Amino acid sequence: MNYFSRSMLMIVISLLGSTVVTARGVYQTPRDFVKETFSGKTPKVKFVWLDKQAKQQITKILGHSLNALRIRYWAANKKTAWILEEIGKEELITVGFVVTNGRIERIKILVFRESRGWEVRYPFFTDQFKQIELTHKIKLSRTIDSISGATLSVNAVSKMARLALFFYKLATDG
Amino acid sequence: MHFCKLELNQQVKDIDMRQLNYLIFFILIMGVSGAVVAKQSKSPSMQEIWKLLQVQQKEIKKLKRENRKLKKRLNIVADTIQHPTKMSTKPQRHSVAKKSFNQKSKATTTTTPSRESYTSIESPVRKHGSESIHTKSGRGATVNGYGEMHYNNLDSKKEMDFHRFVLMFSYRFNNRLRFSSELEVEHSISGDGKVGEVELEQGYIEYDFTGKHSLKAGLFLLPVGILNETHEPTTFYGVERNPIEKNIIPTTWWEGGLLFSGQLGNKGLSYDIGLHSGLKITSANSYVVRKGRQSVGEADATDLAYTARLRWTGTRGLAVSASMQYQENIGQSLDAGIGNANYYDMTLVWNRGRFGIRGLYAMWDLNGAGPQSIGADKQEGWYLETSYKLTSKFGVFSRYAVWDNAAGDATDSEKEQWNVGVNFWASENVVFKFDVQRQGGVINDDGFNLGVGYHF
Repeated sequence: MNYFSRSMLMIVISLLGSTVVTARGVYQTPRDFVKETFSGKTPKVKFVWLDKQAKQQITKILGHSLNALRIRYWAANKKTAWILEEIGKEELITVGFVVTNGRIERIKILVFRESRGWEVRYPFFTDQFKQIELTHKIKLSRTIDSISGATLSVNAVSKMARLALFFYKLATDG
Repeated sequence: MHFCKLELNQQVKDIDMRQLNYLIFFILIMGVSGAVVAKQSKSPSMQEIWKLLQVQQKEIKKLKRENRKLKKRLNIVADTIQHPTKMSTKPQRHSVAKKSFNQKSKATTTTTPSRESYTSIESPVRKHGSESIHTKSGRGATVNGYGEMHYNNLDSKKEMDFHRFVLMFSYRFNNRLRFSSELEVEHSISGDGKVGEVELEQGYIEYDFTGKHSLKAGLFLLPVGILNETHEPTTFYGVERNPIEKNIIPTTWWEGGLLFSGQLGNKGLSYDIGLHSGLKITSANSYVVRKGRQSVGEADATDLAYTARLRWTGTRGLAVSASMQYQENIGQSLDAGIGNANYYDMTLVWNRGRFGIRGLYAMWDLNGAGPQSIGADKQEGWYLETSYKLTSKFGVFSRYAVWDNAAGDATDSEKEQWNVGVNFWASENVVFKFDVQRQGGVINDDGFNLGVGYHF
């Protein structure tokens, strides 16, 4: 083993021994997210039923149909919590949304399973969604800055944000 | 006269009869009205009201019971339709893969009623662009793909080419272990004497050991440049990939070996470091890097290569990286005229609102008398691209690239290229592209390119 090989091996061992955080994994369980959102008291589950018109709109948002009859959510004191999932490139990304008065109050990446694109969990990305609302064209009211190498994860989270706001609209208008 | 009297009496009688009729009619109306009013004014007793309330109360209770029953039945129907494998009324063995992603398999099941699931969307099987089946045990197979067809109208060629048709298959064995692959048909047809190829561009097992680092073993894309790992046509501007990531970085560049990846700290710094098969650059291919790819097909592995990358994405919209590679003998010890080789690159990608900037510098340093004799000992290039999204569907860009595959001598062999064009995203997954190309330097190659691309 030459000097370069030995050096590379040492670098690998050093990296493995260093303090690192995981790229994939559970950052917060959905259950804890809901509990935290409602200050420790998880409210009773509510449902939004999806009619034909709602499903058509969901297909427009996601770019594919959603095989679901109804959507669960939790609500108390004008605050609603939604746990949504969408594929970035190959794997589902689980995201928690808190929507109040038609605006996103908080968003948190709960479970990330993709090989790349984990940067979407950072506050510099998720903070962009704060106070964002839905336009009359069912689009986000602000542009979301993308992340190089994480385009598909960014797209997935943005679509879920639109979906959370749309579901909120269905829940409150209904 | 008598006749007149009789007639008068008759008239009086007629008048009397009419009056009598009116009187009778009036009396009848009054009588009926009086009877009705009399009946209406008769109020029910308290006892009768109490009885009425009792009956109504019973009806309300009955309706409420029926409503509850209906809601229960509706939930059962919804659960049965959306979770055909379980009954919603009884507690089930229910996966918490979503809740405990990194927990060991022993802890992946628990007894919970189905309605306690903490996911808003209840469907277990999604109709995604990527057709995915995520089973309850954390296992799952995924099929993805992308492709692009180009029309080039340039000085050098006028051709229509289905450049890439790619299918990607992945399988998750468990929450830590998965398989990924990418199979590509280039230029639509392959075989003896045909222009195209069938290539395996990825095929590796990836393992998240200790839940903090991952290791790829197999055939993987090298962590270099901007496009080598992420090159779905919807993710970049321009019909063809930029010339630097073709002539200096031999994109798409894959090798076989081991690659460790992970994050350092919590500030957006990540690393990749790998040991893998290397290039085979000899005088026979004029020391052109791109021609040295062995594609991991009975690849000569006399001399392996090492690649490392550091990448920082710690602030909004910005990604910077630096990669390097070292190969002890890039000729696989077959060509006495060439020795070791070093590769370096630096990238910058910045997206803010509608604006985007991409920049890349890449260079090769090939040691040995062979490359030196033709100036190929130094090969380098860079590009800068700016873009602006007019709407969410339209984006325009301009790119300037300079490169030289024989920069090691005094001979002018540098090439430069301008591309200006537009991307139109018909959907997030489908893009139409157009750009005008002006290539100068040692060879001119002007014209325009059209393309359509997709991914799912």
